[in-house]
Amino acid sequence: MSLAATSATRWQWKQPSVIPGFGLTFGFAIFYLSLIVLIPLAGVGWRSASLGWAEFWRLALDPRLLAALRTSFWTSFVAAAINAVFGVLVAWVLVRYNFPGRRIVDAAVDLPFALPTAVAGIALTAIYAPNGMLGSFFQPYGIRIAYSPIGIVIALVFISLPFMVRTVQPVMEEISREVEEAAATLGASRFQTVFRVILPGLTPAILTGFALAFGRAVGEYGSVIFIAGNIPYVSEIAPLLIYIRLEEFNYPAATAIGAIMLILAFIVLLTINLIQAWSRRRFGYGI
Amino acid sequence: MASSATTLRMAGARNASAVRFRDPTSELPVAKWVLISIALVFLAMVLFLPLFAVFSEALRRGWQVAFTAISEPDAIAAVKLTLLIAAIAVPLNCIFGVAAAWAIAKFEFKGKTFLTTLIDLPFSVSPVIAGLVYILLFGTGSFLGPLLNSWGLQVLFAVPGVVLATIFVTFPFVARELIPLMQDQGTGDEEAAISLGASGWQAFWYVTLPNIKWGLLYGVLLCNARAMGEFGAVSVVSGRLRGETITMPLQVEILYNEYNFVAAFAVASLLALLALVTLVLKALLERVYGRDHAATARH
Repeated sequence: MSLAATSATRWQWKQPSVIPGFGLTFGFAIFYLSLIVLIPLAGVGWRSASLGWAEFWRLALDPRLLAALRTSFWTSFVAAAINAVFGVLVAWVLVRYNFPGRRIVDAAVDLPFALPTAVAGIALTAIYAPNGMLGSFFQPYGIRIAYSPIGIVIALVFISLPFMVRTVQPVMEEISREVEEAAATLGASRFQTVFRVILPGLTPAILTGFALAFGRAVGEYGSVIFIAGNIPYVSEIAPLLIYIRLEEFNYPAATAIGAIMLILAFIVLLTINLIQAWSRRRFGYGI
Repeated sequence: MASSATTLRMAGARNASAVRFRDPTSELPVAKWVLISIALVFLAMVLFLPLFAVFSEALRRGWQVAFTAISEPDAIAAVKLTLLIAAIAVPLNCIFGVAAAWAIAKFEFKGKTFLTTLIDLPFSVSPVIAGLVYILLFGTGSFLGPLLNSWGLQVLFAVPGVVLATIFVTFPFVARELIPLMQDQGTGDEEAAISLGASGWQAFWYVTLPNIKWGLLYGVLLCNARAMGEFGAVSVVSGRLRGETITMPLQVEILYNEYNFVAAFAVASLLALLALVTLVLKALLERVYGRDHAATARH
């Protein structure tokens, strides 16, 4: 403190301020953050490091784990892609059009944030089970939705929908009408204006929404385990495998999977930051 | 009906004048209604049908059966535990959120962006991993677990573990709501209060708190919904001791796995009602407090 006070012209960690309470609030925030988040997360890193490389790779290359990671990846990717189409469409309809019930629909988009995942899981299973409301329509054609990877995709579409809509929506609201008018006066059809003027400008928002939806979907547990059927090598997701290994008290295997999932989460975070940086450079806005 | 009305109107316009005018920055009414229909059908399948299914499955055998299911002692114990957990986790995260937002929004220091990223970290982590970290920290083979056990404090497979896991997954809610809000509000009001002789606490109570009350409430609302509904993290550390560590979402799972579907959906419908109340309050708060500040995008 005294050092910072005497060296006003030199490098300062914190700029001086008349407002009190920095020490107290900053100290408490760091203390609580370390206690709840940082130290426990570091524990996963430390535990997996103490496994040693050879043991870590042996656990990481377990065929059942690789199958689970593959399932988690492609179902999350497909779910995020579906939301990239329908989520953007929903955002467009909510921003551009007025129709009866628009406010209710707008509020309902956040339902997956508010509805506990276990509730969503059993509800979706009841709908898409072979004897369910919608599942029974597909049953005669031999299409199984619940208890198959398709069921996983449906659960993931549900839980990741608001990430796409709420990321794209505010950016869409900011689009200036002048750009569209300019395109129209230059002879563009409405179709051309939408696909060659409006959508390219939304690319960073859609990509960010995709990454957020994907990141959420890869880690999702509650809604998926009910509808997935959880057949090893077919419809078993990586978070469930962590759970199974913990039930078996096989902590090293659970730690290894946890470390892989954490690395994945960091890659998603990094990707989002890169999209933001690119977006600010190329389009002049961040999300 | 809508499309036939529009064709009529278009035909009328064609007869009335040789030059047809159409707003160049909007779609044909037909395209508009097709898009609205697709969006609504998609949302009906993905959002509204599951919500409807929860209540219809719960009431499949009538109100009486559903009501009996939620007045079982196990269900009541689950409701009580869920309320207790929220009553501990939400205030703690609330205090943290206000403290972190004060430090980050009212002062300039190096590494601020990094700190904000760290606060958001629990949102990027799978809930199962949130459970895993506490198993590794307090489980057998750890340093802390046996030590606390020798003092008679059981963390895992007991209420403290469930509370910790809940705090972890709901950690960023209040902070991420308040940080952008307080950054927008700046430091002018507090500086004025201080220069007029207010103490730090007075400036906070009489100046800052009234400024941030809606944002704070908004964060608390979302934090509470997640705290009461959390499943993945809690399921890892709970141990599922009957009447002791079973929260409402876990009770739903247990009943469902016992093929007691009506009871499972009855308890689930309580949680669905909570979700509906949360959404209504959220919409009301957004009206008074402004969507711009509501950082809903990344929960």
